[in-house]
Amino acid sequence: MEAETTADHPRPLMRRIMGVSLVMALLLAVAAFLGLAAGSSGFAVGQVAAILWDQGGVDPIMADIIWRLSLPRVLLASLVGAALSLGGLVFQALLRNPLAEPYILGISGGAAVGAIAGILLGFARFPGVSLLAFAGSMATLLLVLVISSTGKAMRKDGLILAGVMVNAFCSSVIMFLVSVTQDSRLYNILFWLMGDLSMADAGQTFILGWAMIPCFAGIMVLARPMNLLLMGEEMAANMGVNVQAVSVTLLVVTSFMVSAAVCHSGLLGFVGLVMPHLLRLGFGPDHRLLVPASLLGGGAYLILCDLLARSLPTQGEMPVGVITAMIGAPLFIFLLQRSRR
Amino acid sequence: MRESLRVSELTHAYGNRTVLDRVSFSVEEGEFFIVIGPNGSGKTTLVKAVSGALKPKGGGVEILGRSLGDYSHRALSRIVALVPQTVPADIPFTVEEVVLMGRSPHLGLLELEKRTDQEIALQAMQFTRVEHLARRRLDELSQGERQRVLIARAVCQQPRIILLDEPTASLDLAHQLLIMDLMEDLRHGERVSVVMVSHDLNLACLYADRLLLMKGGQVMSVGTPDEVVEFHMLEKTYGCVLLVDRNPLKDVPRVTLVPKRLTRVL
Repeated sequence: MEAETTADHPRPLMRRIMGVSLVMALLLAVAAFLGLAAGSSGFAVGQVAAILWDQGGVDPIMADIIWRLSLPRVLLASLVGAALSLGGLVFQALLRNPLAEPYILGISGGAAVGAIAGILLGFARFPGVSLLAFAGSMATLLLVLVISSTGKAMRKDGLILAGVMVNAFCSSVIMFLVSVTQDSRLYNILFWLMGDLSMADAGQTFILGWAMIPCFAGIMVLARPMNLLLMGEEMAANMGVNVQAVSVTLLVVTSFMVSAAVCHSGLLGFVGLVMPHLLRLGFGPDHRLLVPASLLGGGAYLILCDLLARSLPTQGEMPVGVITAMIGAPLFIFLLQRSRR
Repeated sequence: MRESLRVSELTHAYGNRTVLDRVSFSVEEGEFFIVIGPNGSGKTTLVKAVSGALKPKGGGVEILGRSLGDYSHRALSRIVALVPQTVPADIPFTVEEVVLMGRSPHLGLLELEKRTDQEIALQAMQFTRVEHLARRRLDELSQGERQRVLIARAVCQQPRIILLDEPTASLDLAHQLLIMDLMEDLRHGERVSVVMVSHDLNLACLYADRLLLMKGGQVMSVGTPDEVVEFHMLEKTYGCVLLVDRNPLKDVPRVTLVPKRLTRVL
């Protein structure tokens, strides 16, 4: 039905962007509300609504739990989900590879090694640990690009293979460091390797939010150049894109964003695959739509994954990374099959 | 006649291998200018240097009287449009989206395409006869259709100079002719300068105002088809025997390849 109305009069792009963003924002709002309402403590929806809209007559302890514990966790999940989804979108466009994603490329792993090194060296979380995490992510990104570039063209499988190996190496370094030091500041191996959002802290999450906003804005601005880059570097350059400047900016901004997320969540695999690919199926390849949609949808996706992890009956808590990997890894295999054809 | 492109003493090398050796020529507004020469003669490098994709080691390029270096990426892309030899095989966009991208140089960073941009894109698609393919994905099209879409994209850019790197290679006869005729219309209608790299000497003679014959990065000859397509010059450049006579259709040279077995006929 949409095809008919748009055949002669293409719906202005602005309205499509607004429409898609609105839908994704609603999805995010619903996910956030469910994230606040459900969880280990099992609140009733009505009570949570009353607390959020500040109507009197609610249990102050319950309100306190929501504001101090649930809200930071939901906020963190949405920020990390947004950052990783957007990271996947950018890497997929820039490397022309549908399988590219911060975790698979080893960038998340590099950031985690950097963050752990920072913590062990006794740096403050900001800026010391964050800067080391950023350095770690940039170093692994460069390493993967150098390994996989064979002279001229970057081979698709080579890139993924290099990423997976770098990632495996980083994981072993993380395990080694956490095992030998037993430092209480490091949380635990599971936090780093499987990703966990239960450590969310309101103050840290707000700082993370402020750090993310300029990254999101920067990527939004470069959405059209990302489209043009898909036409090949030569044609992108001929359409006014400073290919080198745009590529470097996107890689640096994305690595920064991912490393900041990893510092707070550990290694969450495959988050950058799910939303970008789902959204491409639904809305097409235009990044001016995909960037805001991935941002909002990625946030919603991780909140829901975390919700699932919290609500499944477990001994203690299940790390959210278990869920993201269970959903993402089969998708990865499917995409790998398709890209080989 | 206003000059739209001037190349002077252009020199470039990949490592030790010189690919452009003091190449000089100029192209006028509305001129059909075709670059010919054997493989590896530096034609593609020349196109890259003129489109700004490559920084030459020496010499200069002037576009509309201003040095290429003085243009920003965007300003240059409003004047020079390129139809490259190869594009990625996995472009996910529809024909309409690809053609509309030609408006990018005319838009601000966050500006979206307006109704007028969409009209210009539609006209460009009608011009190269791909408007019926508007909703199809580029990677579903035939070679000839793809080439017409890429030309529509370049036309949509509303350039003063259009560069085409072997646009008719691997196309069937009807498509070759269509693309040459489109360029003919473009230069007469819009006074766009057409600079084309081609291997087809006969089509080149029929359409071009002037030809540039290159070999080993050097200019062998530049001038009208009559001046350039001359038996001795071609033999020296291509290193094979060719028959040059007159084209009965239009009074220009006609070139026939001569198989080894038939050389004694000459």
